[in-house]
Amino acid sequence: MLGRSANGIFWMFRYLERAENTARLIEAGFRMALTRDSGAASEEWRSVLITLGLHRAYAARHGEDVTGPHVFNFVLRDRDNPASVMAMIETARTNARMVRTGITREVWEAVNESWMNLREVFARPVTETRLRDVLDAVRRQAIQVRGAMEGTMLRNDIYHFAGIGTFLERADNTARILDVKYYVLLPSLSAVGSSLDNVQWENVLRSVAGERAYRWLNAGQMDPRGIASFLILDERFPRSLAFCYTRLATNLAFLARAYGFDTPAHAIQRAGHAELAGLTIETIFEQGLHEFISDFLARNNQIAQQIQRDYRFVE
Amino acid sequence: MGSGSGELMTTPSLPCFDEMREPDGTVRPAYAGYRAWLDAQAPGLLKRKGLEAEAFFRRTGITFNVYGATDGEERLIPFDPVPRIITAGQWRKLSRGIEQRVRALNAFLHDLYHRQEIVRAGRLPERLLQGNLAWLPQMAGFTPPGGVYTHIVGIDLVRTGEDEFLVLEDNARTPSGVSYMLENRETMMAMFPELFTRVRVREVSDYPRRLARSLAACAPPAFTGDKPVVAVLTPGIYNSAYFEHAFLADQMGAELVEGSDLKVTGGRVAMRTTRGWQPVDVIYRRVDDDYLDPLTFNPDSALGVAGIMDVYRAGGITIANAPGTGIADDKAIYSFMPEIVEFYTGEPPILPNVPTWRCSEPDALAYVLDNLAELVVKEVHGSGGYGMLIGPTSSRKEIAAFAAKLRARPDNYIAQPTLSLSTVPIFTRAGLAPRHVDLRPFVLVSPNGIDITPGGLTRVALKKGSLVVNSSQGGGTKDSWVLDD
Repeated sequence: MLGRSANGIFWMFRYLERAENTARLIEAGFRMALTRDSGAASEEWRSVLITLGLHRAYAARHGEDVTGPHVFNFVLRDRDNPASVMAMIETARTNARMVRTGITREVWEAVNESWMNLREVFARPVTETRLRDVLDAVRRQAIQVRGAMEGTMLRNDIYHFAGIGTFLERADNTARILDVKYYVLLPSLSAVGSSLDNVQWENVLRSVAGERAYRWLNAGQMDPRGIASFLILDERFPRSLAFCYTRLATNLAFLARAYGFDTPAHAIQRAGHAELAGLTIETIFEQGLHEFISDFLARNNQIAQQIQRDYRFVE
Repeated sequence: MGSGSGELMTTPSLPCFDEMREPDGTVRPAYAGYRAWLDAQAPGLLKRKGLEAEAFFRRTGITFNVYGATDGEERLIPFDPVPRIITAGQWRKLSRGIEQRVRALNAFLHDLYHRQEIVRAGRLPERLLQGNLAWLPQMAGFTPPGGVYTHIVGIDLVRTGEDEFLVLEDNARTPSGVSYMLENRETMMAMFPELFTRVRVREVSDYPRRLARSLAACAPPAFTGDKPVVAVLTPGIYNSAYFEHAFLADQMGAELVEGSDLKVTGGRVAMRTTRGWQPVDVIYRRVDDDYLDPLTFNPDSALGVAGIMDVYRAGGITIANAPGTGIADDKAIYSFMPEIVEFYTGEPPILPNVPTWRCSEPDALAYVLDNLAELVVKEVHGSGGYGMLIGPTSSRKEIAAFAAKLRARPDNYIAQPTLSLSTVPIFTRAGLAPRHVDLRPFVLVSPNGIDITPGGLTRVALKKGSLVVNSSQGGGTKDSWVLDD
């Protein structure tokens, strides 16, 4: 396949993944803000913006006034925000057009339909009343594209580059949520067991659609170590770092087999994966949760860069 | 569908041939089966299906881009659900004429870039070639792989009577629109499946496979493997015909490449793949000659490949269509097509030209100047309907201004009568209503022969009494049927 097509499919799936995760983050933020007073709500929305890396762009648009409707409209649909969910869906579709020959009709139609639907959904401002429906729409679109992908695509390099984009992005997003919220999970800073803690913890899980899975696995016991371990090390959970890296390894292994050669990206990913597999949550907390996440994000980005070089995404 | 003039003129007062009905209202044999089916359908069916078709086109992304338009930049080409029907007998005659013309075009192009026998024989004035930018000196003395110049040709036909089909123009450069021909059929079969069990229509869907086979049969001398690597070269996603480029690449299982994906290396043109640089054997290019090679042609082009012409001349790649075929699209050359056909095939042309006055000839010029109000005058190198005069719809002032231009540079123009073009009904709010149409059959040329897909693309002027069938100017398309015997 063309290097340019690999680049197109890689970013198409990164953007689709990011759009979906952004919707979840907004949903969790909204839920949290509903249960808090306005000062704390504002704080919650600020942390959403920081997680998305949009706090500066938001301040340039709205100043210091951080309110829910401003934040979610900015994040979801503001034309001045090139990283809005609508802009991401639009870019994903542009990329899909570019790699049209590499994807099935079903995948293309799912992406194109997403774009058409969301363009309508985002044509007018999103109110608090409409927010839930809007977020549902974003999530459903993502699921549709993924379903079309799983059900119709040949398991060739195109499919695996899509996977690489998806899981690098997902690992990045989960790690970012942890990075912004890690203090909530640090036992030394929290009065363990207070109801506020429980709400905060649950909210972290909610941001990655993991609250039900976690409750089910842990019989409703909320504790920060358990949650951190779940999000970082539990291979059963599809948004954990360990899960993403296992899938990433599969995708990369396919390319190595099909092409008959390993790349430097394989080596970096293997090292990261091995380290993750050798860790326990105790060692992570000993070494420092924040440091661990910073290192992880840096390496994750390094893998992405290296893949783009190794597979000639650009000249 | 940017290429092709589509500047079809007619005046409503002229009696014209309706392809569905005789003047007394009787349905012609070609439409008997369709009409019987239609009469048995519930009222409102066509309307409902038309809306379904539009939603289908939007979802599948069958759109064309409009330059300079923002936001809703992707437009649909209106699709009319009433088919345009040609009988088996008519088609037999048409295809004989098309094959003859395409054969002549290729022989003509070969001659133009070699000994120019037709000029030596005094059958084509040399001045038509001198200083003609469409004649490429880089092609002189070179024979493309397999001797094929026009791998893909679109012959634009208009009809004025039961058996009167005329060639309006030849598209030997990069004819577009074939994806609409294919999608229109898919859409019709999806909307009216039972109709196709009632009326036997010849298949068009294997066009991409035939195109792939035809291109592969033209592999260059440097090709050594067992299956030539074919790639479609597109200017990119903002090109108005991008959908078609992607569609054809997809259907052929070929890579869709842009100039930035290609470079010349080791005497071959190679594409940048995730495994490294891979040589390309045949390139179906959808960029103009001028943008093909910045080293040879337009130095500012970012759409082409630096050095591809050298590789081409050395036998390292096949370019389809060959550079320099645009000379055959020249309208002054067109006016000589009857002579050209006869010169190379030794037979009189089966399909006539539209009568054409060459303004370079004093008698013709005098006639054209006297009759501007009834004529269509075109620039010889123009396309897409630019720089032309449509006499019957122009004001006196416009005609006078044009006459001045014509006197200043008569050899830059040709003139044609306004034809009474045939009509085919379209579906309107008020029911079926006749509209003017043309037809572009698509022809593939390879060393194995000439292959004509039955039917082609019917373009239709949607406005009453009009006119212009161009998609950019309110034209639409129809599914075109050739009936099975």
